[in-house]
Amino acid sequence: MRRLIFATPILVFVGLVVYFATPLLRGTDPSLIPSPLIDKPVPTFDLPPLPGYPKGLSSTELKGQVQIVNIFASWCIPCRAEAPVLMALAQNTHVPIRGIDQKDRPEDALEYLKELGDPYTSIGMDSDRHVSIDWGAYGAPETFIVDAEGRIRYKQAAPLTQADIQDTILPLLEKLGAK
Amino acid sequence: MKNPLAVAMILLSLAGTAAAVEPDEMLKDPAQEARAENIGRQLRCPVCKTESIEESDADFTKDLRRVVREQVADGKSDREILDFMHARYGDFILLRPPFKPSTWALWLAPPALLIIGGLFAFFVTRRRPAMVEPAPLTPSEQAALEALK
Repeated sequence: MRRLIFATPILVFVGLVVYFATPLLRGTDPSLIPSPLIDKPVPTFDLPPLPGYPKGLSSTELKGQVQIVNIFASWCIPCRAEAPVLMALAQNTHVPIRGIDQKDRPEDALEYLKELGDPYTSIGMDSDRHVSIDWGAYGAPETFIVDAEGRIRYKQAAPLTQADIQDTILPLLEKLGAK
Repeated sequence: MKNPLAVAMILLSLAGTAAAVEPDEMLKDPAQEARAENIGRQLRCPVCKTESIEESDADFTKDLRRVVREQVADGKSDREILDFMHARYGDFILLRPPFKPSTWALWLAPPALLIIGGLFAFFVTRRRPAMVEPAPLTPSEQAALEALK
């Protein structure tokens, strides 16, 4: 009994170490919020195009094939780091990348796309963040993978890196049957 | 008002957390605005994580406040607005998360720790021997005491 009393704090301590060390060693980022929208259909929306572009983006286009939806903005610094990764992805796959330009001024967005390249099949302007909120976004960049039935299958609320593309995005696109 | 500094400190401590809502965001109807603030205080800011959306200065949160106010003005109930946010952001957005297996530890740990600590304190104090009565004074001590009087 006495031994048990002395052993208890040590056991509790070891338990806490295991509990806190696991996510640390796995590299889980506690600031990322799990999305309840995974496996749900994409929200219904219809966003206008950037000036000079033929069309914007609406939820009806997110059906029929596997697609990537990327929320970005010209004011978003991590988006700039992500831009070359998206450009390479657009060149190496046939999966459409749809852009949601979040709370941007059209002229700033056009400048951004001119400077860093335009990997998007089409872009919708979400000038008041209504659609971003419907996607459960809380910043930019955020990337979603939508399957052929128009369901959200994956979300990353952080800029995509080349490693993310190789380890997560491409395998998932292949699994979902992207061509 | 002997000590103006102390008075100022007390008044400051009463101020609580300041709201980040700017005048131009507020609804014209004070009753609706009060309802929107009450809902906003139950919603956690997804950007800054430790504040409610009423307290946060983040640009994104401003748009969340606007959505809450639009829905209040549209006549949505508190429950409907909280459900709207919950459907998009999950349990995270609720400052009072629902009671379910993944939140059992969160809800039950404080009372459980209080009970364990209380039981521990109870048994430790009970085991301690009762206060011993001090020994009566010896005749010589008594004499010394009398001499002092």
